[in-house]
Amino acid sequence: MAERKERVMNGVFFISALMSIVSLVLITVFMFTNGVPVMMKYGLDEFLFGTQWRPTATEPQFGLLPMIMGSVYVTIGAAVLGVPIGVLTAIFMAEYCPKWLYKILKPAVSLMASIPSIVYGFFALQFLVPLVRDSIGGNGYSILTAMILLAVMILPTVIELSESALRAVPRTYYNGSVALGATHERALFKVMLPAASSGVLSSIVLGIGRAIGETMAVVLVAGNQPLMPDGFLKGVRTLTTNIVLEMSYASGDHRSALIATGVILFVFILLINSVFLVIKNKGATK
Amino acid sequence: MNKSKIARAFVYLGAAITFGVLGYIILFVFINGVPYITPDLFAWNYTTENVSLTPALITTLYIIGGSLLVATPIGVFTAVYLVEYADRSRPIVKLMSMATDTLAAVPSIVYGLFGFLFFVTFLGFQFSLLAGMLTMTIMILPLIIRSTEEALLAVGRPLREASYALGAGKLRTIFNVVLPVAMPGILSGVILAIGRIIGESAALIYTLGSSVNLPDSLLSSGRTLAVHMYVLSSEGFHVNEAYATAVVLIVLVLALNAFSTFISRRIVRGGK
Amino acid sequence: MAEMKVRDLDLWYGDFQGLKNINMDIIENQIIAFIGPSGSGKSTFLKTLNRMNDLVENARVEGTIELDGVDIYAPNTDVNVLRKKVGMVFQNPNPFPKSIYDNIAFGPRTHGITDKNELDEIVENSLKGAAIWDEVKDHLDRSALSISGGQQQRVCIARALAVEPEILLMDEPTSALDPISTAKIEELVTTLKEDYTIAMVTHNMQQASRISDRTAFFLSGELIETDDTTKIFTNPEHEDTENYISGRFG
Repeated sequence: MAERKERVMNGVFFISALMSIVSLVLITVFMFTNGVPVMMKYGLDEFLFGTQWRPTATEPQFGLLPMIMGSVYVTIGAAVLGVPIGVLTAIFMAEYCPKWLYKILKPAVSLMASIPSIVYGFFALQFLVPLVRDSIGGNGYSILTAMILLAVMILPTVIELSESALRAVPRTYYNGSVALGATHERALFKVMLPAASSGVLSSIVLGIGRAIGETMAVVLVAGNQPLMPDGFLKGVRTLTTNIVLEMSYASGDHRSALIATGVILFVFILLINSVFLVIKNKGATK
Repeated sequence: MNKSKIARAFVYLGAAITFGVLGYIILFVFINGVPYITPDLFAWNYTTENVSLTPALITTLYIIGGSLLVATPIGVFTAVYLVEYADRSRPIVKLMSMATDTLAAVPSIVYGLFGFLFFVTFLGFQFSLLAGMLTMTIMILPLIIRSTEEALLAVGRPLREASYALGAGKLRTIFNVVLPVAMPGILSGVILAIGRIIGESAALIYTLGSSVNLPDSLLSSGRTLAVHMYVLSSEGFHVNEAYATAVVLIVLVLALNAFSTFISRRIVRGGK
Repeated sequence: MAEMKVRDLDLWYGDFQGLKNINMDIIENQIIAFIGPSGSGKSTFLKTLNRMNDLVENARVEGTIELDGVDIYAPNTDVNVLRKKVGMVFQNPNPFPKSIYDNIAFGPRTHGITDKNELDEIVENSLKGAAIWDEVKDHLDRSALSISGGQQQRVCIARALAVEPEILLMDEPTSALDPISTAKIEELVTTLKEDYTIAMVTHNMQQASRISDRTAFFLSGELIETDDTTKIFTNPEHEDTENYISGRFG
């Protein structure tokens, strides 16, 4: 009796554990079967390298290159701006922050991670867009605005993971270095940070994943023109926003092309994720 | 010596920017939003005049409740399987872990598209609570699995041994000793999941839809608070109400985070 | 009616042989102490007696251990019933993070006792049996983690007693405790032998000589000799035993 119960529950646990695989397979199958045929129909290079996005024209064109480049630009920009600030903040949290302040700042970082994207987007729409317009130029809906916004949004990811990577470095490294006469800073930047590099790197990769996948905040500030990006102050459309902007009215090949956009995004994320796993495993075997 | 000073200055600068920006965002939203938190905003029924967020708030709770109801048992059981039963060297088990990691990395908009293709179209649920809940269920599953896994791994061997030595079987040990001890960790995963759902808009807009009314059945559409705010911000007619809604959203996640900190600080003790 | 007979027992962890051809009788209502240096196999051997070694991956046992004439490694053995009969107390106190009451009641509940009065009685008797009733009777609903280490260990003993075992295995039960708590536990163990058969692993030579009736000396996975404690400590058969007892190694 007891043994049967054990066996039944073992089965229940196993089936539950299969659900992750089932979900992932379903996602992959539904995305690909709905997105790939249209790419074949119009040609993969048209999708990947075409620069014209005219989904509703009589001779529709589905060039996604502007959106791919758009995503790449804002993501790289966000990383360039956000990563140094994030890593420096992580160093502050792990090595400089007095205990009483840490009790406030640690929850602040968690709060930063859990503020909804839409709130960030709305803030950027109300504050950053006019700021960029008035102090730098253009109409404010620009690559630059999206970059700054995303830089802020990836901060908590970079900070949390880099901080725990720094904290995982054995304290003896630091002590050994200081004992040789290194200053606090020299020990941190020359010894601790390199020792934590795989953790810091994976925090950056995760941050990049978050930036490239972000949708609802970007759509409010990026201008959304489906054109090749042309200068920091010009508008841009990303893969994610392409989907959310047109999904509500698209039909036929147009709708499939939006799903194809999702497929390309999905593949990007899978690539980024495998880079992340490689870094993580390397860190684990070191 | 000089280099050290510069390095230190940069560290302080980085932290100052991070927390300055965070503080500024919160202040900015609160200063602009708090004055517009009016009774009207919480009226029971939505009209184009009051732009009430009550139906959206309640819909958010529905989605949270429904998704957790499905995702928590599946997620906890998955973690129990992975930690307590599975032979980590088996390919299927590696695949389970990999699938969980990958699901965690899938962007919201892809979940939204999938939910639209599978639940809304293929299964014919239309834009509905059900489609939204199930999409959210898959999205939060990896969060719950991972935090439960961590919590289970942290339960020491001595407790398990004590239970086995008293003649308790594996199931009883898991349900009466290991899971209760792991509960705070599991709870913090659940809270993380709730936060994720509250903040989600991209995955819901094409699954739950954006109907302004309170859904009256599992198959009717609605909007969560975040979707509500997205619609308000993108239309641009109700900027003040959007600010006020942002305040409500921030207060919600703030309360959730405080609760989570409270739980993680509470040391697990039986009895009083 | 509670004795164990160990015959030709071998144990492997993968390719490593942890126990080599052990033969031993554990006699009713006696205390037998297992002594030997670290890694000698004494703890491993203790764990074969209630099959706790089943939990170790790759562990494999050959030979027989009979409890009252029945082989505990026979295929039809219910391990949970075996562990009810052969209780165990661990090196570090490991109470569940539950109330003292629930700690004691965990075992009986596991074996199907749900009646409140019956449980109350078991809890009281077990705590009395472990000589801790007077110290905790007024706050049974308090967490078992809130009392001192020595008290925790006695609660763990009470918890083991609550399932009415026939044999009690103790794996260095005092090594994590202060001298006063140790003395209390030693005193308790000597009274427990009137009702139970006890096998105890100890690192503490004085402890073995103070409280045990018989002593078994282990070295490198082998049982070197088993004899009356007084004989082992005054006139051992084996040179290795004498060397160990006189502190020449280990």
